[in-house]
Amino acid sequence: MAQNINYRLGKSKSFRGLVIFFSILCTLPLFLILFYIIREGIIHINWNFLINLPKPVGETGGGIANALIGSLLIVFYAAVIAIPFGIMGGIYLSENKNSWLSYWCRLSVDVLQGTPSIVVGIVIYFWIVKPLGTFSALSGSIALAVMMLPIIVRSTEETLKLLPSTLKEAGLALGLPYHKVMLRIILPCGFSGVLSGIILAVARIAGETAPLLFTAFGNPYFTTDISKPMQSLPLLIFNYATSPYDEWHNLAWGAALILLLWILLLNIITKITTRRWKIQF
Amino acid sequence: MKIFSGIKKIIFSALVLTLTGSIMQGCNNGSGDGNAEVKGDDNTLLGAGSTFVYPLFSKQFSEYNKLNGLKINYQSIGSGGGILQLTNKTVDFGDSDAPLNEEQAKNMGATALHIPMASGAVVISYNVPEVKDTLKLSPDVLADIFLGKITKWNDAKIAAINNGVQLPATSIVVAHRSDGSGTTNIFTDYLSKVSEEWKSKVGKGSSVNWPVGLGGKGNEGVAGLVKQTPGAIGYIELAYAMQNKMSFAKLQNKAGHFITPNLASTSAASNIELPADSKVSLTNTDAVDGYPISGFTWALIYTEQNYNKRSEARAKNLAKLLWWNIHEGQQYCSDLHYAPLSPAAIEVAEAILKTATYNGKIILE
Amino acid sequence: MEVWKNIKIKRSFRQIRMEKIFRSSLVLIAISILVLVLAFMLTLIIQSMPSIKALGFGFLYGKTWDPVVNIYGTYPFLLGTLLTSFLALLISIPFSFSIAIFLGEYHPRGWFSEFLKNAIELIAAVPSVIYGFWGLFVLVPLVRSLEIKLGVTPYGIGIFTSSLILAIMIIPYAASLGREMIRMVPASLKEAAYSLGATRYEVIRMVVIPYAKSGLFAGVLLSLGRALGETMAVTMVIGNTSIIPKSIFDPGNTMASVIANEFTEAASTLYLSSLIELGLILFLVTVVINIIGKKVIKRFTTE
Repeated sequence: MAQNINYRLGKSKSFRGLVIFFSILCTLPLFLILFYIIREGIIHINWNFLINLPKPVGETGGGIANALIGSLLIVFYAAVIAIPFGIMGGIYLSENKNSWLSYWCRLSVDVLQGTPSIVVGIVIYFWIVKPLGTFSALSGSIALAVMMLPIIVRSTEETLKLLPSTLKEAGLALGLPYHKVMLRIILPCGFSGVLSGIILAVARIAGETAPLLFTAFGNPYFTTDISKPMQSLPLLIFNYATSPYDEWHNLAWGAALILLLWILLLNIITKITTRRWKIQF
Repeated sequence: MKIFSGIKKIIFSALVLTLTGSIMQGCNNGSGDGNAEVKGDDNTLLGAGSTFVYPLFSKQFSEYNKLNGLKINYQSIGSGGGILQLTNKTVDFGDSDAPLNEEQAKNMGATALHIPMASGAVVISYNVPEVKDTLKLSPDVLADIFLGKITKWNDAKIAAINNGVQLPATSIVVAHRSDGSGTTNIFTDYLSKVSEEWKSKVGKGSSVNWPVGLGGKGNEGVAGLVKQTPGAIGYIELAYAMQNKMSFAKLQNKAGHFITPNLASTSAASNIELPADSKVSLTNTDAVDGYPISGFTWALIYTEQNYNKRSEARAKNLAKLLWWNIHEGQQYCSDLHYAPLSPAAIEVAEAILKTATYNGKIILE
Repeated sequence: MEVWKNIKIKRSFRQIRMEKIFRSSLVLIAISILVLVLAFMLTLIIQSMPSIKALGFGFLYGKTWDPVVNIYGTYPFLLGTLLTSFLALLISIPFSFSIAIFLGEYHPRGWFSEFLKNAIELIAAVPSVIYGFWGLFVLVPLVRSLEIKLGVTPYGIGIFTSSLILAIMIIPYAASLGREMIRMVPASLKEAAYSLGATRYEVIRMVVIPYAKSGLFAGVLLSLGRALGETMAVTMVIGNTSIIPKSIFDPGNTMASVIANEFTEAASTLYLSSLIELGLILFLVTVVINIIGKKVIKRFTTE
């Protein structure tokens, strides 16, 4: 070797140092964000903040109850719509690895996964909002469901693929009909993977704002009617953050903290489910 | 494994329940649309549009809700947005600070009514912490700033009309609207009247091709930008500036006076004879103590209220609300620094509102 | 006995019917996903037809976007999108690759790696609107003071700020994929290099990275796809102006932010369809990038 071994070792060490430095530096913004949001948010969260409705512009007080419930409802209905489709799609893809349809279906799922959220908003506006003649929470849910779908399909497919085919064969050999084998044996065995996929998908879309801009639209009042416009946390944060009102900034910080905690919780649940119910035979 | 199947059962039954629930709800909605929509639905109205009038509407609708229990959801998405959403029939009423132009009126497909709600001033708000006094601006200077020709706060032209004010050498950051806006329309209408260069280079409209600056969404967004950016200047509705304790400039009007925008100077500008369709521009007013950049804001509704299977009750609610707005609702204007409609203007507004029909029948007798 | 038999036969017929229903509903759902995506594209194409017809390719290189006089050129937004995305990529790559190498090669296990892995996942989980919010209140003043030092107009918000925010947001994509790809490098290859006397750095540079090259590239592509389509965080800090940016400190607009700002209010037909055409372009570009990325990964993992 032409170069001195000490030089080479030094280079190796310094490269390692550089890698570690960058890796640690990268977590810095995350902690800055968490720190800042917790610091700003925690002082504004109280009981009134959680149960009150927003006040007219410029007046102090008011809360985010409408956004809190709205967000939960919109996400809930999105999950209700996306889960059956997602799981069935995942089953189909895991069962038909090489058919013509599964190739195109898989490609479609990839396309959906890469679709920018704002584009989903546009399309759902034309599909749901314009024909129904009103903005509605339902259209927001559908937009979010479209975004959940690929995540659920993929996680279901990946999970079920990992299950040994003997499991299915054993079920079929006992004379069980195909749907019972799939729904009663295969799906429960892959339960943890499927469930964590669903929770992950919920966590992903819970903070989505762009598709809701043209669909759920916002609402200063409390409503549970999904055929009406509804407020949601991300929309509220966007609108209040860009406003000049200090009072609104405070509400937005509180809302941001709540949204963050919610998503954090979902992520932790995902972790626990995958750890608790690891696929075992 | 026991726990496991238990959880599974719970999740499964929850899923089934919610699915059936949502399907049933969906069915209800489906049928509800057809037969004069039932209960809850008639207790709400959806409006969208101008951010210019949002502080006022927000207060008025909240008061109206206390009186009548009607829930009015008004989203401040910009005048352009209000017009488009009314065109798409996704809202019950729009609100714009710029009357419909020809193409917009054509796109509506049916005639729409312009009902004046109030008038307000567009103030030139700035964030120059070094300056304690109120800045004075002349039309030329204002146009030059927004054309990007004056870029420093201590420019000789600004200094010339602000004798004795210590101006810092910081850059001017222009803030404007990023969305289609009636406020922009009022502001650019004014600039086009006072500056030939502006008229030829930029022109007037709800969303123009700005030569310089940052865009903010809504009056809220521009006010937010100005408030957070040292050196910024932007145009916002007076209420936003007052509520956020932002400084704003005295502007030289046609008569040559430097006018502070407030209730009195806005009223002075808006105190003119309204044409029957109420579409009028107030900018560059002749009034001696009138503030030169002000304008009306109009609620927009379809003349014929029976479209998209809307119920008669809904149309009535809407007409009653707007009636209340131009009468009792006017008392909230002055607190928020909007100029209330003059008695003559209210008469014009009444006449317009009374032409609204449901199935050809006048709604308000 | 007979009765029982009949019931059993009936029951099995029902089972068979159920099975058929189940199988066909699986196929139906697979088809519906396909149809969904096709309909997506079709909707975008049909809705943007007026502007495609009226403007043709001029749409792409037109330098002015002026709704007042009905001129729609998207060059400023294309430029804004490319600038923010590639700048973000440039900033994020050292970080994401460092993390990939750290977790994939140096310390696949251990409490710190576990912590780092979770932190990266968390970065991906934070909603973009929160990034925008934080950026607006924390990052913007920082950038503004930097701009004052540099002597450029201190907007604070602009292309540079959005790139910074985007860079943070896209790190996880390249990092987690890169980590998996680096892990897949066969130990025998690395051991061979070590036995020849290579140092750790040389092994990484000459064995690991060349082997995982395409995987790392795919990670970068997926990051890029994410950066291109990101809307809310960018909209909040980019400045929203249709002027062609002259420097990276200028305000600008991306395709996604224009849509977010102007979609609910584009009152004229051409205006609206121009915005939708922007959406269509965005859709196609991100789809192509994602598909290439996925193909690269697939080829890498099956080889």
